[in-house]
Amino acid sequence: MSMNPSMRNMIPEPRHSADRGGQGGPRPGGGPGGPGGRPPQGGGNPMGFGPRGGPGGMMMPGQKAKNFKVTFRRLLGYLRPHRFSLLIVFLTAVLSTVFSILGPKIMGKATTKLFDGLMAKINHEPGAAIDFDSISRILITLGVLYIISTIFSFIQQYVMASVAQKTVYGIREDVNAKLAKLPLKFFDGRTHGEVLSRAVNDVDNISGTLQQSLTQFITSIVTLIGIIVMMLTISPLLTLITIITLPLSFIVIKMVAGKSQQHFVGQQKSLGELNGHVEEMFTGHAIVKAFGREDTAVAKFDAVNERLYQSGWRAQFISGVIMPLMGFIGNLGYVLVSVVGGILVLHKTITVGDVQAFISYSRQFTMPITQTAQIANIIQSTIASAERVFELLDEEEEVQEPARSSASLAKASKGEVRFEHVKFGYKEDAPLMNDLNIDVQPGQTIAIVGPTGAGKTTLINLLMRFYELSGGRITVDGTDVTAMTRGELRSNFGMVLQDTWLFNGTIRDNIAYGRQGASETDVVRAAKAAYADHFIRTLPDGYDTVLNEEASNISQGQKQLLTIARAILADPQILILDEATSSVDTRTEVHIQQAMNALMEGRTSFVIAHRLSTIRDADRILVMNQGAVIEQGSHEELLAQRGFYADLYESQFTGRKKQPEAI
Amino acid sequence: MMKLLRYLKPYRVAVLLVVLFVFLQSLSDLYLPTLLADIVDKGVVTGDTPYIWRIGGFMLLVALGGAACSVGASYLSAKAAGGFGRDLRSRLFAHVEKFSLHEFDKIGTASLITRTTNDITQVQQVLTMMMRVMVMAPLMCFGGIIMALSRDVQLSTIIIAIVPVVALIILVVTSRTLPLFKLQQKRLDQLNLVLREHLTGIRVIRAFNRTGHEQQRFTEANRSLTDTAVKVNRMMAALMPLMFLIVNFASIAILWFGGMRIDSGAMEVGDLMAFIQYAWQILFALMFASMMFVMVPRATASAARIQEVFNLQPDITDKPDAAARPNDKQNAVRGNIEFRGVSFRYPGAEMLALENISFQASPGEVTAIIGGTGSGKSTMINLIPRFYDASQGSVLIDGIDVREMTQQQLRSSIGLVPQKAMLFTGTITDNIRFGYEEATDEDIRHAAEVAQASEFIGRMTDGYQSTISQGGSNVSGGQKQRLSIARAIVRKPSIYLFDDSFSALDFKTDANLRAALRPETTDATVIIVAQRVSTVMDADRIIVLDDGRIAGIGTHRELLDSNPVYREIVTSQLSEEEIA
Repeated sequence: MSMNPSMRNMIPEPRHSADRGGQGGPRPGGGPGGPGGRPPQGGGNPMGFGPRGGPGGMMMPGQKAKNFKVTFRRLLGYLRPHRFSLLIVFLTAVLSTVFSILGPKIMGKATTKLFDGLMAKINHEPGAAIDFDSISRILITLGVLYIISTIFSFIQQYVMASVAQKTVYGIREDVNAKLAKLPLKFFDGRTHGEVLSRAVNDVDNISGTLQQSLTQFITSIVTLIGIIVMMLTISPLLTLITIITLPLSFIVIKMVAGKSQQHFVGQQKSLGELNGHVEEMFTGHAIVKAFGREDTAVAKFDAVNERLYQSGWRAQFISGVIMPLMGFIGNLGYVLVSVVGGILVLHKTITVGDVQAFISYSRQFTMPITQTAQIANIIQSTIASAERVFELLDEEEEVQEPARSSASLAKASKGEVRFEHVKFGYKEDAPLMNDLNIDVQPGQTIAIVGPTGAGKTTLINLLMRFYELSGGRITVDGTDVTAMTRGELRSNFGMVLQDTWLFNGTIRDNIAYGRQGASETDVVRAAKAAYADHFIRTLPDGYDTVLNEEASNISQGQKQLLTIARAILADPQILILDEATSSVDTRTEVHIQQAMNALMEGRTSFVIAHRLSTIRDADRILVMNQGAVIEQGSHEELLAQRGFYADLYESQFTGRKKQPEAI
Repeated sequence: MMKLLRYLKPYRVAVLLVVLFVFLQSLSDLYLPTLLADIVDKGVVTGDTPYIWRIGGFMLLVALGGAACSVGASYLSAKAAGGFGRDLRSRLFAHVEKFSLHEFDKIGTASLITRTTNDITQVQQVLTMMMRVMVMAPLMCFGGIIMALSRDVQLSTIIIAIVPVVALIILVVTSRTLPLFKLQQKRLDQLNLVLREHLTGIRVIRAFNRTGHEQQRFTEANRSLTDTAVKVNRMMAALMPLMFLIVNFASIAILWFGGMRIDSGAMEVGDLMAFIQYAWQILFALMFASMMFVMVPRATASAARIQEVFNLQPDITDKPDAAARPNDKQNAVRGNIEFRGVSFRYPGAEMLALENISFQASPGEVTAIIGGTGSGKSTMINLIPRFYDASQGSVLIDGIDVREMTQQQLRSSIGLVPQKAMLFTGTITDNIRFGYEEATDEDIRHAAEVAQASEFIGRMTDGYQSTISQGGSNVSGGQKQRLSIARAIVRKPSIYLFDDSFSALDFKTDANLRAALRPETTDATVIIVAQRVSTVMDADRIIVLDDGRIAGIGTHRELLDSNPVYREIVTSQLSEEEIA
């Protein structure tokens, strides 16, 4: 008895899942598409193996691709560079399968020889003996066959390993390249979880399928055909008996799968609910405690937990029943083959060795069928994954930039910025700015004021060309920004936002991020100018202190100082600053203010202003409300207008004088 | 892992039955080839057709019995493992709910979430597998050997010999690939991290023209991930073909030596056929068992993380004799707060976070706390509802040490508005009612009005029934803060604690809110932590904190005249004329 190669891939490679939302931390807005939410796929979960062991199908509802054909072809495109290797994989897969399928039949011949010799002996035929010569010849052939099959099978998997991994490497690199070309609009429009899920989980899914399921698919089909052929050569009657059990298996699978599906859905739903509840209760732990709601939290948890249990064990049980049932059906065939085979041998229609071979064939028979069904499912979900990845790759890119700047901007630009008849809106039908004109002379300070949510970041988005205008133009030193490369444009700007961004690396690297190739002295000088040197040196590792993933090992104010240092190092002509320092204490704030003042010295600055002194000293104030610039002018001019600004000013900075009752 | 298994105790009968069923099922699986051997040896050889039919019928019964046992095992193991997971989750969650902030700091919120969700699922899954596969593998293995021995002792040596060989190969390959699988996971996490940073920092990256640099980081991570994946998969490529080769050769050996035994009349052909099948069954048992090498270490790591949470005991508990004052009017907390020589040190910290803090605040008074980051403002607030306990000295409410009260009683009189506004999934009404379960709709409306939230709530399509999504992502920071203020107001507490709760509000809303709050808090003690001088300057008492010590207490005017720290803060925010 021999096993065919389709069984050889049965031990599942642990499928790796991407870091689930930062070790399962508070999901960064990861919706259903976020990482960690996807149901496990069937396949590779062998449980409960009767004599007809095989991977237990979890029968999960599969994800369907919208356009299977197109996506499939495109995925094949990624495999094209490896077509030579793939040919080897294909050939070795077919060969190793064919060789191993021949095994049982040949082995059966040896058994028959044994049996015949034995029978002759029993019947006391003259010169009766077991023909060990021919048996040894058969066995040697068999051994050689097995070795060849093994070698081919090894080659197949060995080659496939690099094909699969290099292919997904290529896909990941394409995603990587694509991300650099996508406009900010894309990133603002979806959660990080969504993008991450496509770039990591979906690609990983593809990798797993290429590695395992693809060759399994080939071997399963070859095995199936091969076995049927071999069985037919032995006995059409026995083959018929075996095939009759097939529809029975399908009915069972269908019935069970339909039943378990609803429980799987319920399980997935409860699990999502439970995880959401845990996440909320733990992140809001202090609040839950403060308001004494621990018991409510526990009660709700227990209720959801109970529901999870109810649908969970049912799903588990029902899907777990498939294997025993299939095993039983298989055993039915086994028994029939044994009995009918035995009788046929009696009638000399077939030999004992044939029965032995047939039993091993029939036992392998259902395996490739269930496997093919499963793999079809896996391939479906893989194509769905591939489709999501390709969708990402097909997203509209940023407007092409000139290959070379038409007017090469001297590094020491002056910093003159003009908005000319600028029209803009995030959505086509909801324009925010219709005819915005601003003229900023080099070295001027522009204060941007307005209530929370007035859209002050919109201006930054336009200045940095994160978003494209719908009309008009913006010029820097007289050059239309669209005539420059984005890199050139942005090298003129320095940006310090309230939302500090630091990466997992040393403080030195984080500051040096401002300018490529900055020296140690440059970094320290920038840190000193940003009033950051002192606190850095008080840290145990100084400039080599590694900021952890959330950069939570330094305070918010310190983070801000680091970003200022970074901007100082970059030495831009034009600055964009956000004064908001709500989570920073007053004394650090003084440092930040000093650092910002130092930074602004002699540079054109756009400041999202929160400080009265900044606003009053500004050369021009842009007053924003509901996404649009509604007033502009100097402090005195605007006050004289008695418009929105005057009102804002009164309420924000002098309001308390009118409301002495306020706390 | 073992420690957690005590939660399996209620299901011990089920587990025992699973073992029994799996055992019976394995026996039936092993018995079938034996019966086949009988068909050949006794039926075919002697030409006894009725015997063949009889044994065939018996085989069917055996197969049916095996299937029934397997279904039973599946049912019981699903229930037992599911119940185990449910109980464990429930206990863990209830345990964590008892934690003070200190324990949360220790393990980390994100990690606690993973432990309560993913880690338990992981353990539960492995448990299900273990109950069936782990039990089955040895039974199959030994059962197969015993069956073989009962047929022919000499030929059994071949079967007995392949077990250690196959086991050894599995051991060698997995011991080399396991570390690589771990490495692969690590590299994948790294790739994820690089990408996540790229996404969160997209504006900064583009502003500094460092897209190329980020892409290079990604490529590096991608390359190292690919290298590891290729390596580990190539290693795995050898495992399966090799194992099959061994068993195939064992089959050949069985045929050859078995043939000789048959020749000498020591055994029969049917036995030989049974032998080959035993060998395969043993191989499969071992293969499935080898999956345990992958699963168990993972589950063990998860189990250790879960156990760690259980081992952690909340360090803030109610005293057994905590005076549970009946919650009637007479005994209601009035709200006198006193800090008496309070010092506080975060566990493991060298420096004191608070040092010798003493002050009193009475109902109807507003006390403001101002000071730099790390000066201990939030820490002070956290000591009042006993999120942490003072290391020295005591915090008293109405003259009673907070440690002498029950936590429930203490906190029921406090309305806390945290620094980071935290809302929960549910409607706006649900969120406000979180503060006081029995609040009427009228109370909720009133609270929202005071908190200056009614206007934006009114603008929402569903008004008070509008749903807040998880983490409150569909409302702005300022709106969140106002809702969390309303939540505290609806509680009608005798102590209000505002931990820098006005930061996301613009000055106008801030001022209006404080004006509206005034009549609500006439009988309450109000403590405000703030950054803005304009928020604190009208307070009855301002406490200036500097490095955990009180640098001054007084009114705005007094402090301005006498306190240099306070003056520094004020001058950084207000212009000369406003100070005057």
